[in-house]
Amino acid sequence: MTAISLPRLKADSLASRALNGILKSPKATIASVCCILFVVIAVIGPWIAPQNPYDLMQISIMDAKLSPGSESMAGATYWLGTDGQGRDMLSAMIYGLRTSLAVGLVSGIVALGIGTSLGLVAAYYGAPVDTLIMRLVDLMLGFPTILVALMMLALIGQGLGKVMAALVLVQWALFARAVRGAALVEKGKEYVEAATCLGLGKGRILFGHLLPNCLPPLLVIATLQVANAISAEATLSFLGIGLPITEPSLGLLISNGYEVLMSGQYWISVYPGLLLVALVFSINIVGDRLREVLNPRLQP
Amino acid sequence: MNGPTLKVENLHTHFFTQKGVVKAVDGVSFEVARGEVLGLVGESGSGKTITGFSILDLVDPPGRVTAGRILFQGQDIVGLPSQEMRSLRGRRIAMIFQDPMMTLNPVLSIETQMVETILAHENVSRKEARARSRDALGMVGIPSPDERLASYPHQFSGGMRQRAAIAIALLHRPELIIADEPTTALDVTIQSQILAQMQGLTKQLGMALLWISHDLGVVAGLAHRVAVMYAGRIVEIGPTDDVLDHPTHPYTIGLLQSVPANVPRGAPLLAIPGMAPPPLQRPSGCPFRERCAFATAICETEPPLDAAGAVAWRCFHPQARRAA
Amino acid sequence: MTVFIIRRLSQSLLVLFITSIIVFAGIYAIGNPIDILIAPDATFAEREQAIRALGLDQTLVEQYGTFLWNALHGDLGRSFVFNQPSIDLILNRMPATLELAFVALFLSLAIGIPLGLWSGLRPNTVLDETIMTGSILGFSLPNFWQGMMLIMIFSVWLGWLPSTGRGEVDTVLGMRTSLTSWSGISHLILPAFNLALFKISLVTRLTRSGVRENMPLDFVKFARAKGLSERRIVSVHVLKNIMIPIVTVVGVEFGGIIAFAIVTETIFAWPGMGKLLIDSIMRLDRPVVVAYLLVVVTLFIVINFVVDILYSLLDPRIRLGSAA
Repeated sequence: MTAISLPRLKADSLASRALNGILKSPKATIASVCCILFVVIAVIGPWIAPQNPYDLMQISIMDAKLSPGSESMAGATYWLGTDGQGRDMLSAMIYGLRTSLAVGLVSGIVALGIGTSLGLVAAYYGAPVDTLIMRLVDLMLGFPTILVALMMLALIGQGLGKVMAALVLVQWALFARAVRGAALVEKGKEYVEAATCLGLGKGRILFGHLLPNCLPPLLVIATLQVANAISAEATLSFLGIGLPITEPSLGLLISNGYEVLMSGQYWISVYPGLLLVALVFSINIVGDRLREVLNPRLQP
Repeated sequence: MNGPTLKVENLHTHFFTQKGVVKAVDGVSFEVARGEVLGLVGESGSGKTITGFSILDLVDPPGRVTAGRILFQGQDIVGLPSQEMRSLRGRRIAMIFQDPMMTLNPVLSIETQMVETILAHENVSRKEARARSRDALGMVGIPSPDERLASYPHQFSGGMRQRAAIAIALLHRPELIIADEPTTALDVTIQSQILAQMQGLTKQLGMALLWISHDLGVVAGLAHRVAVMYAGRIVEIGPTDDVLDHPTHPYTIGLLQSVPANVPRGAPLLAIPGMAPPPLQRPSGCPFRERCAFATAICETEPPLDAAGAVAWRCFHPQARRAA
Repeated sequence: MTVFIIRRLSQSLLVLFITSIIVFAGIYAIGNPIDILIAPDATFAEREQAIRALGLDQTLVEQYGTFLWNALHGDLGRSFVFNQPSIDLILNRMPATLELAFVALFLSLAIGIPLGLWSGLRPNTVLDETIMTGSILGFSLPNFWQGMMLIMIFSVWLGWLPSTGRGEVDTVLGMRTSLTSWSGISHLILPAFNLALFKISLVTRLTRSGVRENMPLDFVKFARAKGLSERRIVSVHVLKNIMIPIVTVVGVEFGGIIAFAIVTETIFAWPGMGKLLIDSIMRLDRPVVVAYLLVVVTLFIVINFVVDILYSLLDPRIRLGSAA
């Protein structure tokens, strides 16, 4: 070996590896298509939903609790029935999907940003910064996420922003730990020493070199965490301490239908639930496949 | 029992991988008689370990024995139903592996691992099995065997671990032992102790011993006969003294020349030029021809098995001129 | 070993201490302790009295001292709703939650390990794929929805099992348990299964990867070479090796079981700590919330400590240290 050459940023090969990995598995391909479908539906939701279930002008209490396939007073068909307020389930589910996805993605991305930065900083600067950050991470990860979120919301109250904050709080640690681990491995490699000797700035090294090599585990965790966040928010909303009813997510819809489940109006809970399961399941399959392809040593 | 304990005839073991068929063992034949030590020598990748595994049907998929016969005490054991094969393993044919730290289960005690070997083949009481295990440990020279039984593998030194593995192999007084580089992972001093012990025990118990190694020196002191393997085939086989003093096959010559002890002090160390071909890219005909100083056009065809006296070889250009 | 215990014990106490500071900060510094700890319908005089009693007119450090002192004496405030010490309320309901949690833990191991073994021993088959996909589905089903579906299917449609509440409770060995009667057990089945499902997926995957990692290892081959049956190899040699990571992960996840019990208890109206917590949050009965938090945190720390000890006991390499 004569000269040490700095490896190219690996972003390109990561994308192609990920894509190849997914396409090779029929299961994962179907799941990704579903995910894309869900995102598309969420984005164009307001335009394709038969009604806006939160516009009070459009719903009528006379249409309450109609079973799937029944007709409204105005003659339109409620394909999936209506809820206790007369809202069309299909529309409510589409809007709920929007909210659930939005909350999951935004909190995931923010947690990713915070966690990645802290992880990189911890890896690069070493002790005592590293020790401090990692002890914090250990403390956070020592407690079940649902409990931390619950506690936080119980103490600071409800609201969309607070729920997002709680979700970010319970997720950042996982990103931080993974990034720190991957960054430490990279830091030990010769080309980083070489870059430092050449006088490259810390920022350049951190983001230009360490970060790209942390991307594989990051991608895997990010995918799985979005699923987790969506699930967690649903649970919190179901328990009544999540999102307020002005921003209903799928979890809240299910909670609404809980009381009438026993009396036979199953559609108010079951359909949103199926949608939620389908969403989380698809994301998890893609995340699992990515894990197999990019980083098999990650925890199951 | 008049015939040889083990007779391998034209054994082929192939691995069917995604990238192609790897012919790990490509037509190997040899015999081991009762009380005899046969050294199977070759570099890594020559197929010597797989040969050992093939005898006990321990080849993992995607590999399997595809052709040939393995006659144990006259009976062909290729394709034997698994129940019968299991009954042979550990009882009539035993195997010792290279690294006892990896082959002994780290979370089970030595006693457990020995007693289970006995109980797998015989219906005796635990107490008796334990007593026999203790005696076996004593026989291989492990002090205070009673206490040692309760220990775990990590509490033994390397040499003692290997002795324990040998003790396990001897529990049922097998007729054949296959030893796959058992001393490679040990210190040189321990090595010689174990070698001496194996020699003594073989003679004492009248077993046949197939000693697989890459180390000619070790084999030289221990084996009655030696077989040299290259690229899945045996290229030379004969009594140890004959083969080592008058090597016939160019590969054997190369091996002997590259042993530092054979080279006068100060003279340059000789190495065989090039490297062994990867299993999927073996040349046609003689697999050694691309590195052989004596190769000619005829070497592109399969060299047949030739013999003179007790020595046999596969080469168009045998180097030792032998009287027919 | 003792040194190890003492070290872990002091670490645990440290974590407990730090957590108490965090909880304290959360209530007294960030939140409004007056709202949190004093009943909203108290009269002015009662408020003044309570403020003095709780030391809310002191400095933060002094307040922490009072808080700690009270906490160590078991005084974590009185429930607004029940007018009893909140710690008593929590501790009363703890056995119900623990019973549910332990049964769920048992179920997750009893179902997860065999599934994982089955899947791991037949990799890349249809069975393996199905079990793996099934496990992903298992942790994709949100806890609460799955519980509702269970009630709908087994209680409402099929009518096999009761949907809510705890069955008959007897006192066994000084503990109140519902495992002694069919009524008790039938009430336990659905919620325990609901709680276990997530963990079943985890255990299945852990077991499978453990099996896949261990089967190709040398000690398995050596065990086969000794003539042991596949059954013994898997159930003793391999299982003992994979139990170590399984136990540690599951032990740590036990905290998650207790946390998710909150949801399960809410749906199935199981009278445990979790249901009390949710009810208290809804009713703004904050002293109970605080008490729950501290009790659960202590529980987690104890669990972590026990798991550490268990881990060192299970792995003889750690328990006995290396010797000779």
